[in-house]
Amino acid sequence: MSDLIPTLKVQIIEQLNLQHLKPEDIGDDQPLFVEGLGLDSIDALELIVLLQQKYGIKLANPQDGPQVFKSVKSIADYITAHKK
Amino acid sequence: MAQHFSIQSYVTLRNNRITQNGQLLFENEALSGPEFLQAAYTHFQFNYPKFFKMDNLCKTGFIAAELLLRNQPGFAGFKPEEKGIILQNANSSLDTDIRYEASIATAPSPSLFVYTLPNVLIGELCIRHQVKGETACFVFDIFDADFQAGYVNSLLANQGLKTCVSAWADYYAGKAEAFFSLVGPGTGDEHNAGNLAKIWT
Repeated sequence: MSDLIPTLKVQIIEQLNLQHLKPEDIGDDQPLFVEGLGLDSIDALELIVLLQQKYGIKLANPQDGPQVFKSVKSIADYITAHKK
Repeated sequence: MAQHFSIQSYVTLRNNRITQNGQLLFENEALSGPEFLQAAYTHFQFNYPKFFKMDNLCKTGFIAAELLLRNQPGFAGFKPEEKGIILQNANSSLDTDIRYEASIATAPSPSLFVYTLPNVLIGELCIRHQVKGETACFVFDIFDADFQAGYVNSLLANQGLKTCVSAWADYYAGKAEAFFSLVGPGTGDEHNAGNLAKIWT
């Protein structure tokens, strides 16, 4: 988990074209959507693609999306729990 | 008597050079198309993080519109419904279409898919500059000054627009081009086919 969060931040910046940000600009628990990083629905789809491409994880239930993608830490928790 | 409308300001971007009203603002011939757009964004110190998510066509139009409208407080003063954008383009969204098609081989990219229409550029500009009046995007082989002048002038004379961005924006295979004019009543060269062609060709 300790390595996963910094790696995820780099991957999120690359996948979502957030070149104006550095990994250290993103807090582990910072909300990713709306009041946090301001990500939108297209970014949510890109995060789903990222999980599939980098970690081989398909979001089983789309209803879980808001909770899974709440923050970098929540994504890392989901990956840790579901990685084969 | 037919109303006359003026070119109040204009911006051109091509061959890695950006000018405004004929004055060179920025150039760097050594850079590729995407690198040049990024360098221009940095050079002009724009602050609009969504720029980084845009495709190259939208980045081209964004830069031209920012420069055109940054010293035009009058434009911001009009009601959104009184402002329009009429765009011409040659290669539609082909540059991004090709990149999206390539992404299908691995995982289709949602962020590329949303830019597979040229009029998405108009949407980006409408959001940025609070435009809710008439907008349209036309695809021609080359910039059609006759059509552009006639269409924009008609909107200003008859359709309730008080100001209009009259634009050409194109991006394909690393080549970015934009010609943006702010058009409305007032002083300046007349917005007609001859003057548009004289500036751009």
